[in-house]
Amino acid sequence: MCLFRDMMSYFPEEVLEHVFDFLTSHRDRNAVSLVCKSWYSLERFSREKVFIGNCYAVNPERLIARFPRVRSLTLKGKPHFADFNLVPHDWGGDVYPWIEAMTKNGINLEELRLKRMLVSDESLELLAKSFPNFKSLVLVSCEGFTTDGLAAIASNCRFLRELDLQENEVDDRKGHWLSCFPDSCTSLVSLNFACLKGEVNVAALERLVARCHNLRSLRVNHAVPLEALQKILVKAPQINDLGTGSFVHDPDSETSKKMKNTLENCKSVRSLSGFLDVNPHCLPAVYPICTDLTSLNLSYAPGIYSNELIKLICHCKKLERLWILDTIGDKGLGAVASTCKELQELRVFPSDLYGADNAAAVTEEGLVSISAGCPKLNSLLYFCQQMTNAALITVAKNCPNFIRFRLCTLNPVIPDAVTNLPLDEGFGAIVQSCKGLKRLSVSGRLTDQVFLYIGMYAEQLEMLSIAFAGDSDKGMLYVLNGCKKLKKLEIRDSPFGNAALLSDMGKYETMRSLWMSSCEVTYGACKTLAEKMPTLNVEIINEGEDQVEASSSPDARHRVEKMYLYRTLVGPRRDAPDFVWTL
Amino acid sequence: MAKNGLALETELRLGLPGGGGGGEKKRVFSDMISGGEEEKAVVAVVGWPPVRAYRRKIGGGGVGKMYVKVSMDGAPFLRKIDLTNHKCYSDLFVSIEQLFGCFGIEEALKDSENSEYSPIYEDKDGDWMLLGDVPWEMFVDSCKRMRIMKRSDANGLQAIDLLKELGKKDDRSEN
Repeated sequence: MCLFRDMMSYFPEEVLEHVFDFLTSHRDRNAVSLVCKSWYSLERFSREKVFIGNCYAVNPERLIARFPRVRSLTLKGKPHFADFNLVPHDWGGDVYPWIEAMTKNGINLEELRLKRMLVSDESLELLAKSFPNFKSLVLVSCEGFTTDGLAAIASNCRFLRELDLQENEVDDRKGHWLSCFPDSCTSLVSLNFACLKGEVNVAALERLVARCHNLRSLRVNHAVPLEALQKILVKAPQINDLGTGSFVHDPDSETSKKMKNTLENCKSVRSLSGFLDVNPHCLPAVYPICTDLTSLNLSYAPGIYSNELIKLICHCKKLERLWILDTIGDKGLGAVASTCKELQELRVFPSDLYGADNAAAVTEEGLVSISAGCPKLNSLLYFCQQMTNAALITVAKNCPNFIRFRLCTLNPVIPDAVTNLPLDEGFGAIVQSCKGLKRLSVSGRLTDQVFLYIGMYAEQLEMLSIAFAGDSDKGMLYVLNGCKKLKKLEIRDSPFGNAALLSDMGKYETMRSLWMSSCEVTYGACKTLAEKMPTLNVEIINEGEDQVEASSSPDARHRVEKMYLYRTLVGPRRDAPDFVWTL
Repeated sequence: MAKNGLALETELRLGLPGGGGGGEKKRVFSDMISGGEEEKAVVAVVGWPPVRAYRRKIGGGGVGKMYVKVSMDGAPFLRKIDLTNHKCYSDLFVSIEQLFGCFGIEEALKDSENSEYSPIYEDKDGDWMLLGDVPWEMFVDSCKRMRIMKRSDANGLQAIDLLKELGKKDDRSEN
């Protein structure tokens, strides 16, 4: 111990701080801060980027108290299943208190990244006016704001570099928010407004792009037609990430030819997306940029037939990431497997959610082809018509490097399409082979056996999504007991109950959160858990058919429809709406 | 989920065929389901397939997608085309020509006398109409299915007589 102390005093603080500068991952920084008091103190004053995976695990005051020099904040609000309409809109996750607290305490905020949070125009206005060095705003799956809020950002953030809006629900106020960027604004590097539904001032956009010489990423919305995009791209040949708007024109027209020529000049484009509206016959215009493309997202483009997709993809030999609709078909995936040898991430989304046009879907065949042709594959999201254990076993053998594996059968309880058995063995093979697996979503007919495998083999697993699976509490217990690194567990419509919930209550302190809906847990068990674990917030969402009178206390045996629990340092949240009960 | 019997159709449960073992805790995929009906039952489940609300509005069933059957005389299979994915008749013909691997359908519009094909469609009233007379939007609104007739199949009849024949056939099949 003496030696240690001597060594520590050998390094002056400035040196340690300099060393800490090289630590960028928040996990590394968290680890470093636990070494000793002086390192904790040093680290907290030097930390500029803070990541908060659950906005209710801490509060703004504690953030500011511990990290007074924070410049970049990432916050996540609603639980993941909110994406699928399982959480009411006004559940919470309002960013306003955070912005307000940072304003009052003189925080020099430069970057704000929000996911599944409630963002009002007032929040955006306060943000825009309070932080003179504000540079970057990234909003993913957020709601609550309108184009008026965007206008405030555009008008006031003089050094704005990044405005990135991904899949948000934004109310369009028909204002001219784009025109609000002053002529003096030349700092934009990234502008993504693909999710906006309304018209934009195309002339203003053109002038904005022309004066932002550092612009690298531009993703427009469907209201920007092909002709306009062509003119804009002439002013931004340096672009490396392009999201088109409406890609519809007569393929033989002058405009289409001009577009092809302009794109030929954009030699830095590596990422392509958009096609929010597309005439497939216009696609050849993008062939010039396909050769160097590493990322392609056609998942918002309905109505491109498999043949046209194949023709396009055959030009993309360097593709590392592909997001596509299942209209590509197994045959199309075969073409991807033959062409895209560098592929690391594949997402195949369902094109027809109502099962009317089954011919469009993909099956286990497509996945097997991909696994055989793309050995670097490490991230998968695959919506499919059917699956087999044999296919999954083959995939596991071909691709042992999966970090993320999410399989979603369109029928949530469909068994092996050939043997009619549950898909336990298939997923078992995946977890056994992929030793680095961090995220897993299972689907199809599954018994407790699959969870035995997961608990036994998925040592690095951090996030697990379960739906319509399992036979008994044993399933959930296998997972809770086995997966030591589990951080997020979300379960719906599965027969897991109180015995599983209460068997190891301390486990939840090692996790970020647990979601259980339409399972077998009762009110009494949730109350017991809440009483025994004061460091957890156990919330019940009480709505719909399940609704119980607020005045009466529900029977302990009453089944709970939706429960969300999470560890927290700050006790029950004070902004919970009426239908959310913290036990 | 509601416990009353009426909601049973929408309750998804798991289990082996025949509903063996496990007691009440097991969930069997609705007993109300019999092959082919499964897709409808899946629709009844909230939040499945797990696709973000934003995506649901974009592709697949979002805003008025309109798939109609297209039959081509002499072709062994019918195809389906999404009318909302086209902006005009020319676009539509290009797609049809690609699907069936044939050419010259668009000529039918310009020169119906000499063209090899007669593209017709069945409208909401059940009448068979020649493509191209009405504005595109009106056509998309009223088209139920399409047929590309070969003139040679018309057996010497003028197109208009053939359409009348078709109309009669449909009346009979409805009775």
